[in-house]
Formats: sequence, structure tokens, C-alpha cells
Amino acid sequence: MVDQLSWKVGGQQGEGIEKPGDLFATALNRLGYYLYGYRHFSSRIKGGHTNNKIRVSTRPMRSLPDDLDILVAFDQETIDVNVRELKKGGVVIADLKFNPALPEDVDVRLVSVPFTEIAKGLGSTLMKNMVAVGATIGIMDLPIEPFQEVVTELWGRKGQTVVEKNMAALEEGKKAALDIVGGPLPEFKLAPADGKKRLFMIGNEALALGAIAAGVRFMSAYPITPSSEIMEYLIKTLPKFGGTVIQTEDELAAIVMAIGANYGGARAFTASAGPGLSLMTEAIGLAGMTETPVVIVDTQRGGPSTGLPTKQEQSDLNAMVYSTHGEIPKIVIAPSTVEECFYDMAEAFNLAEEYQCPVIVLTDLALSLGKQTVEPLDYDRVEIRRGKYLGDETLPERPKEELFKRYEFTLDGISPRTIPGQKYGIHHVTGVEHSETGRPSETATNRKKMMDKRLQKLKGFRIKTPIHVHAPHDRPDILFVGINSTEGVIREAMERLEKEGLKINHIHIRQLYPFPADDVRPYLEASEHVFVVEQNATGQLAQHMILNVGYREKIHRILKYDGNPFLPKEIEHEARALIKAKELI
Amino acid sequence: MATFKDFRNDVAPNWCPGCGDFAVLAAMQRALANLGYEPEQVAVLSGIGCSGRISGYIHAYGFHGVHGRVLPLAQGLKMANRDLVVIAAGGDGDGYAIGLNHTIHAIRRNIDITYLVMDNQIYGLTKGQTSPRSAVGFQTKSTPKGSIEAPIAPLQMALAAGATFVAQGFSSDINQLVNIIEEGIRHPGFAMINIFSPCVTFNKINTYDWFKQNVVPTDTIEGYDRHDRNKAMQTLMETDGMLTGIIYQDQETPSYQDRIPGFRKEPLVKQPLKLEREAFVELLEEFA
Repeated sequence: MVDQLSWKVGGQQGEGIEKPGDLFATALNRLGYYLYGYRHFSSRIKGGHTNNKIRVSTRPMRSLPDDLDILVAFDQETIDVNVRELKKGGVVIADLKFNPALPEDVDVRLVSVPFTEIAKGLGSTLMKNMVAVGATIGIMDLPIEPFQEVVTELWGRKGQTVVEKNMAALEEGKKAALDIVGGPLPEFKLAPADGKKRLFMIGNEALALGAIAAGVRFMSAYPITPSSEIMEYLIKTLPKFGGTVIQTEDELAAIVMAIGANYGGARAFTASAGPGLSLMTEAIGLAGMTETPVVIVDTQRGGPSTGLPTKQEQSDLNAMVYSTHGEIPKIVIAPSTVEECFYDMAEAFNLAEEYQCPVIVLTDLALSLGKQTVEPLDYDRVEIRRGKYLGDETLPERPKEELFKRYEFTLDGISPRTIPGQKYGIHHVTGVEHSETGRPSETATNRKKMMDKRLQKLKGFRIKTPIHVHAPHDRPDILFVGINSTEGVIREAMERLEKEGLKINHIHIRQLYPFPADDVRPYLEASEHVFVVEQNATGQLAQHMILNVGYREKIHRILKYDGNPFLPKEIEHEARALIKAKELI
Repeated sequence: MATFKDFRNDVAPNWCPGCGDFAVLAAMQRALANLGYEPEQVAVLSGIGCSGRISGYIHAYGFHGVHGRVLPLAQGLKMANRDLVVIAAGGDGDGYAIGLNHTIHAIRRNIDITYLVMDNQIYGLTKGQTSPRSAVGFQTKSTPKGSIEAPIAPLQMALAAGATFVAQGFSSDINQLVNIIEEGIRHPGFAMINIFSPCVTFNKINTYDWFKQNVVPTDTIEGYDRHDRNKAMQTLMETDGMLTGIIYQDQETPSYQDRIPGFRKEPLVKQPLKLEREAFVELLEEFA
């Protein structure tokens, strides 16, 4: 019995490869296992190799494993591309139809099951996916009931016959595999899970749910990988709550529409990836200058330009911190788990209204699209805070000549806010430098005061948990630092290095801008060396740490920018290589 | 009830004396008063350029945004609060150059807002460069030998894009302009209004006199029917786009917001932010 293993299904893009992966994972999630998935796909609709790798574990594992236990292959390419990832004694379950073959030098077992033939016998070759899952069930000795339950949900709409046929496909796949191998293989038998109910979703769905929980009823967005699922979920769900999504003509319209809706008092947002964010930069400045709340999600992917649209990268950090001309107050927060995608997204709308500025929620592709086990989302934890927004009941009468001071100078720099429609709240808004009532003003005194006022708003700004801290040592040899989806993989690499006697701490940055220097400093100070782990080529997070905290000489970079998420062994090896090359310890 | 004076404020416009934009401002104020609105029910949003300043010269909610993006701003506001009268305003550079993409899509979308384009065929605030509305041969700082690009035909373009309200005014004919803006605001969908608003400083060709000699009001055409789309397109072609008045109106097509499934009559901004706890819990079932 094992407490974790990994399973991968691969085939040609457009052949419905998502279905067996989803079925496998959903059923295991219901049994109480922790799942962590990553889809390898290309920017095309049909053709090309695609695969879905899923890690199953009895405890939370938020990273991809180094290797693979079971590979389900629908074509020879899947074997050719992935066979070397299998560990010794791993198994390939392949469709007999394509006469699967293994290279001679691998120590892997091939189980050829007639997926297509069995499916055809049941009435449709489409069901070969179900046969493949059935074969997995047999080999791993999994209970078939949770799978049958999911099948019923997946095909219930299509009628009882379809459900029954798919059930039969599962059964026959299981039987065929067991006939071939002679019984379940104990090396793939999972230890029992805790059976607790948890959710199974991608980060983008959690972001969308967070927005709904925060009161969002309007989104404007333009489709782009890897952010489209956010708008797609809301297109499906917002009508239930009287809301809607507009698919705009471009990202310029998407963000400006969201700004318009926020100006009108609604909670609205947009979401995109690097190319879209590049287009939005002028409007981010408008929101900063006019002190209009707006939330923007950036789901990072490989850049620059069109870059690697379907691949993992963390190279937008600088763009999110610096983008837009001039100087504005701006908040950039970076969730590191799917749960945090939900809670941080909901909180982003509070921050946007409290500080009256743009708030960017930064994720990366692995976090946005990786489907994983999620602890139940607690709606009661979601607060709604609207800052200095004045409702009609708190808005005093004023004569017509006296405009509402939308940009009133205050101690904290944040001014009371009214919205169109309020009788005593009339004011003007402009992206031109302006006076307290929002009228254009170019006087030197006003300009300086207004700049100071806007920048004052975020002095000392700090979210509740600006960094995650895992610091068991007072004087560690190494401090690992990361952001977004890499928390789990860093932790895994760390545990391995610790077994060699190294003392390691780990902090994960959740508030990128304004940089939480005071929170980070003590951990940098205490550690002998700092290894910043990032998925980009220039070490952007390391730059922000040096700029805001210092300790340049301590900081080393572990970088990956080939489009794939970090594996634990890569961080482990790079860390060792660094230690050796620089004679650090 | 508010009069047009209630829509005035104490800001002296920085437009040149004689600028066509003064008449647009006055006509908008009159139209709003004639329709019985109060200043707080109105939001005027504008782009960048001389015309973009208009949102600061009216007593109402005003938002002076970025160049070319007034339509997304106005549509977003209307989505948040459909009870407001939302007027977007800008120049020909704003609407037909940098923001043309949004103009076409706002027309297609048909959200219930009114769009005033102060069309002076030149870039004024940057001191005299060609505009997408400049005629071929028009000499400016940026086209010293005369423009060699065909001008945009905004109203034909609007009709082709499926506009439900297309009109054209002229700053010298204030009564017609007031009427057009009133009708545009009343129209339950996107109202596209192009206004010949001469630039007295940089455009010495398309002057008040030039327009007076060249405009063709629809009421001078016998039997003109503003509900006939083909006729509207044909007449625009025949008059080389100099037709003024309400050129086309389709009152049958509902506005965007009336076509969104599940969208409520009550403005979004007045709906509670908090959900029923059960409703949220129900959403999670899909992910179990």
C-alpha cells in the first residue's frame, strides 16, 4: 500500500482527454484523497499531444511529483513523450488498438487493454475513455461505486441507456485489465483516505466564486488563456443573481467598463493574462488618478508578447508592480492556493473600495488551471467593507453651488465617496490633475498636495497575511522564498534537503505591492542564505526583495522559464548545486 | 423641476470664442431640462480633446476619462445603474480614430446611452493635425501636402453596424440639436449623434458658413421616413453624409439590458451585495 501515487492520461488534443482525468479525480476526491492536477496542452483545438497528470495522496500535496506511477495512453505518442517519467516498475495502460510498444531500456510494465474494441462492442468508440478508467480501477483496486456515481451525474442528462453503457464500459475495462495482469497490483493500492468531503476545482473557479461572494454582479472581459474560465463561470452563474458578463471588444474596453461600473457604485472587475494586462495599463492609471476602485485579475502565463500562452510562468511581477505611467497607489496581492484565490478575491473588492485604487489579484497558470482538492469554502468568512462610501443616509444636504468634495484632503489621504444618482453627492471626476471637487487644477501647490494625498493612502498598507511563514529555525542555513503556485513544491524540496541536515525556513509572498518589507526583513536577516524560487528568467521577485529589503549578497535565484511548473527534484538539485558552486555551507 | 439653468455650473469653458462645442453644451442642458431630469440623475462622461472638457461644464455627475475610451466607461456605468441618464461625449478623434473600435461595438451592443460626437474634422487640442474625418486634400500640420486618406463616414458606418438611432446635428441649428438630443436620450438603446461643431481656430475650410451651405436637413426632403433604413443609407450616400436631423430610428429592438437573461429592472447598484448563505452553498455543490 502506498500513501500517494501519480496517474497521467494522454492522447490527442480534441479527443476528450479531459473526461477520464476528471472522472478519476472527482471519484478519488470524494473518497477523501487529496488531488493535485496539471494539464499539459497547446494553443490549438485539434491535434497535438495533450495530457493530464494527477497526483493522489492521503495528505495535502500541492505540487506535481517528480515521477509517475501509471500512464494511460491513447496513442503511441503519449508513450513516447511520457514513458521516461514513469518510475521503475511503473505501468502503462494502453489501448491495444494502436499496438503499443515500449522502448527497450525502460523498466516499465505494459498492459495493453482493448479500450476501443470494448467501447465499440458497447455501441460507441467514444466510451474508450471509460474503459481506460475502468482498467485503472482494476489495477489500483479502487472501489467502483464512487466512479459509478460520477458517471451517473455526468451522463444522467442523456438518459438511462447512456449511463448504463458507460457503467458497463467501466466494468468491462476493469475486468479486461484484471484478466491481463491477473489481479490488482499491490504497489498501486492506495492507503485509505479520511473520507472527508472536500471540493475539487481550479483556481479560476475559486476566483469567480470569490467575486460572487464579494457582491460582484458584473464582469467585463475578453477571452484569453489562462483566464477565460473566470468569465465562463460567471456567464453561467451571474444570471441567477441578476448579474451578467459582457464579453467586450478588447481588454481596453474590459477594464474601462469595469471602472465605469465601479464609478457607478457596483462591484465589478475584469480578468486577463499578460497580453491583456499590457493593454490595460493606461486605464489602471485612470483608476489610480481618479481614485476609482477596480479589481483586475492577472493569470500569468509564458510571456513576452504571445509567448507561451498555455504554459506556466511568473514573469508579470514587474509589469504588475510598475505598469502605467506616472505614479499611483496600487495593490498587488498574490494568492498561493485555490482556497486563497477565493478569500483573496473576495477581499480584493474590500481593499479596492477602502483604498479607492486598483487592486490586482495575481495568479499563475498552474494555480488558475490546476484542478485540485480544496477545503470547503466558508462564506461566513467573507466580509463586505465599503470604506468611505457614503450612503444617502450619511450624506448631508448641501446647496447646489457647493460641490461634494470627492477628493477632500484627509489625514489618511482617503476621501469620502459618493456615486452618481445621489442628490447631495454631485462632483466631477477627471484623469487630469484636479482639485478637491474634481475640477482640473494645474497649480503647483494643489498638484503636490494631491500627489501626496493619493500616495499617502497606502503608507504602511498591509493585508492580514502578507507572507506565509514556515520558519522552524531561528538561524536557518537557507531561507526559501516563492510566490503563487510554488508553495507546495518548495516545501517538498525543502523537506528533502532538511533530511540531509540543512536548516531551512520558507516564506511565501502574498502581498507583492506595496512590498511588505517589514514582514520579510526579519526572515532575511536571520538566514545565512536566501534562495528565491521563481518561474521567470530574471528573478523579478528577488529584485523586489533587494530593492525593498536589501541583503543583495545573501540572495540567490533558482529560476525556471521553460514553460513547465517546477518539480520538487529540480528545486532540490538547483539548491544543492548552488550550495556547492558558491561554497555556501 | 430643474430648468436648464440648474444644469449650468460656474466653470468658464476653455474653448475658443465661437467654438461649436458651446452650442452642444447648451443643447444638452436644454434637452435634459425639457425631459424633466434633475442633475443628480444625469452623468456626462467624456473623452480627451477640446470636446472632452464638456463633462466639467455641466452641473451633473461628470467623468473625464482617457482618450478614446468614453464608450466603455459610459456602458459600464449604465450597467451598474440603469436608472441614470448616461451621456457619452467626445470628438471625432476620440470616437473615430483611437476609439473607433468601441464606437462600432457600442452600436452593435445597443446599451441605452446617448453618444455625442463633436465633429470638427480636425485635432484642435493638439493644435491642428488631421482627423479621421478630414477630407482628402485637407492640409494640416500633419498633412502639409493634403490628407491622402479617405475620411470615415460615421453615420453610414453606424447604420451598417446595426445602429438603432442615428442622427446628425449642427451647432448653428440649436433647436434641431436640442430635439435630436432629447430624442436620443428617450431612445431605448444606443443613440449615435454626430454633431458638426466647427473649430474656428484650426479648421478654415469646414467653417460655419461652409456647413450652412452644405448641410441637408431631413425635413427638407419630402417624405423622408426615419424608420426606413435603406432610405437612410441611400440619402446619406447621396448627400455625402451632410444629412442632418434624426436620420434613422428603430424603436422595435429592445435595448441590451432588456435582452440579458435574468437582468433586473432594479439597478445593480441597488441590489444587496450579500447573498443568501444557502444560495452560495448551493453553488459549491457542482465542485463536490
